[in-house]
Amino acid sequence: MTGRLFDKIWDRHLVASPPGEPALLYIDLHLVHEVTSPQAFEGIELAGRKVRRPDLTLATMDHDVPTIGLDQPIADPLAAEQIARLRRNCAGHGVTLHALGSIEQGIVHVIGPQLGLTQPGMTVVCGDSHTSTHGAFGTLAFGIGTSEVEHVLATQTLRQVKPAAMAVTVDGELGPELTAKDLVLGIIRALGTGGGVGSVIEYRGAAVRALSMQGRMTVCNMSIEGGARAGMIAPDDTTFAYLEGRRHSPKGKLWEQALDDWRSLATGDGAEFDREIRVDASALRPAVTWGTNPAQSVTIDDAIPDPSSMSTPALRQAAERALAYMDLSPGMAIRDISVDAVFIGSCTNGRLEDLRAAAEVVRGRKVSPGIRALVVPGSARVKAEAEAEGLDKYFTDAGFEWRSAGCSMCLGMNGDILAPGERSASTSNRNFEGRQGPGGRTHLVSPAVAAATAVAGRFTLPGDL
Amino acid sequence: MPGIQRIAGRAVALDRRDVDTDQIIPASWLKRVERTGFAPGLFGAWREDPDFVLNRPGAAEAKVLVAGSNFGCGSSREHAVWALQNFGFQAVVAPSFGDIFRNNSVAAGLVPAAATEDAVTRLFAALAADPDAEVVVDVAARTVAILSSGLQEPFELADHAQWRLLEGLDDIALTLRHEAAISAFEARRPAWLPTVAG
Repeated sequence: MTGRLFDKIWDRHLVASPPGEPALLYIDLHLVHEVTSPQAFEGIELAGRKVRRPDLTLATMDHDVPTIGLDQPIADPLAAEQIARLRRNCAGHGVTLHALGSIEQGIVHVIGPQLGLTQPGMTVVCGDSHTSTHGAFGTLAFGIGTSEVEHVLATQTLRQVKPAAMAVTVDGELGPELTAKDLVLGIIRALGTGGGVGSVIEYRGAAVRALSMQGRMTVCNMSIEGGARAGMIAPDDTTFAYLEGRRHSPKGKLWEQALDDWRSLATGDGAEFDREIRVDASALRPAVTWGTNPAQSVTIDDAIPDPSSMSTPALRQAAERALAYMDLSPGMAIRDISVDAVFIGSCTNGRLEDLRAAAEVVRGRKVSPGIRALVVPGSARVKAEAEAEGLDKYFTDAGFEWRSAGCSMCLGMNGDILAPGERSASTSNRNFEGRQGPGGRTHLVSPAVAAATAVAGRFTLPGDL
Repeated sequence: MPGIQRIAGRAVALDRRDVDTDQIIPASWLKRVERTGFAPGLFGAWREDPDFVLNRPGAAEAKVLVAGSNFGCGSSREHAVWALQNFGFQAVVAPSFGDIFRNNSVAAGLVPAAATEDAVTRLFAALAADPDAEVVVDVAARTVAILSSGLQEPFELADHAQWRLLEGLDDIALTLRHEAAISAFEARRPAWLPTVAG
């Protein structure tokens, strides 16, 4: 059972293993944002403690920042106070903050990799469940709650029970219309929304190796939607090529030393896992969720499933509830469902490749009348890079709104929300009830399908336009 | 934080699986910078339905929530735990929990009691028959009981989590006992690892 990527990273971060207590794990990078940190900073101040390693702590603002009118004061007084609090906390504790207006501001899980701060073999945590994104680099990265944020601020360690190791092996090759998003939604469909609870997933196999770093981030990002603590992919030449030359990547001799180390991280041949599932990439088709958790998905060629076909009474009851909430009936063809809004962005699909894929679809076309369509780049730098390529023009010419960076309509904290009863095609990660606004109905899809759906007004593949 | 030995009081039965933290406390509530004041937001959207279990007589006095599997999945927001506590809940009994929610619960002093699927089904049945029944969660014995129905079910709670809850311990203080080990670890970290500076 030795020689797994997960064990190698776990073992090298063990500070102490007190008998009868969780292991004490060192944290190499702590990402902080405005929503889950104020109570943690308050906690260390009340206890007379300080931030142990401000140099390993990076803050940004993403969850409730506005994505329009950045030259104006923030209209929402609660959001404004939370953001002001983050500024004060960072200034008071010497924590670097990439604030609104900075080219490095953006969604925490977009900026860490972009800056080269997320590197193979590291431990990365953040008070956000999508921290699993960073696992794409062969990193042990997971979300924590505010008490744990406080613990990391004060000690740069976490007390953790070692999770089980699960392998998700994806054989074969993704078809031409398939993206990393379709792959991960297919995996979660196979796993179930709680199937990964208590586990760290290593994604393996030919289809995973063939993904770009951005695609790998999309896959690892949604590990939590299958219940997993974290997801990871062994680093390889794709990883190293992405990292080389980035602002915080090692340089010169240190780069060579790091490379030697990183090459030793991959899981050895013959390693065993506590559990393994296999997925055939060639059998997948573009995915669309129909329900209120990310495991409730079908392919775009399918119809809404019949709850009576579910394997257990609890699943049947959940499906019935979901269909009532979503205002859908069994047997409806996915392609016949029309939408009111399209959202392209989030830590799942808000990177440059995602925007390119969507822009390619909308280029020279128009958003269907009556549909509100939003593009929210994952970071200010992604926005600038997209504009340098002229992608913003393709979107705005088609009738999309081109916004500034943030989490935006993924969780609807900043006022970018669906109206009650509105239906969206969204590239984000959660289709929970009310996630994009009270009463809103979310269907998760890839950027290409979201873009095509904006044009057609109903769920559509780019090839069908 | 005070230790928790035993919780006795009314229960609310929420017979749904995969209850995510967005339902427990909707995102609009996350702009608060305190750990208090979340009770009105608990299950905010679902409480708009007058028949929702939290709107039934006596729910405001409840101390125990009984729910379906994978309770607390989704977002890492500890606000979900605070909202349950602010409302008055001291324990949640469910067949399984989201990992982060479980950790947050132990850290904040809410008991995440993992009973079997069958045991939770029996608890639902007993509470349907007698919604006013007193439910006793014994953290030391790791049992949940409804005395009026003669029901007593064991639950799982890791030894260290039980110890933390019973003693009301502060994790940071426990960790700082290892200060020397942390400093020694820091001294041997490889030179290529990044810092945020520069």
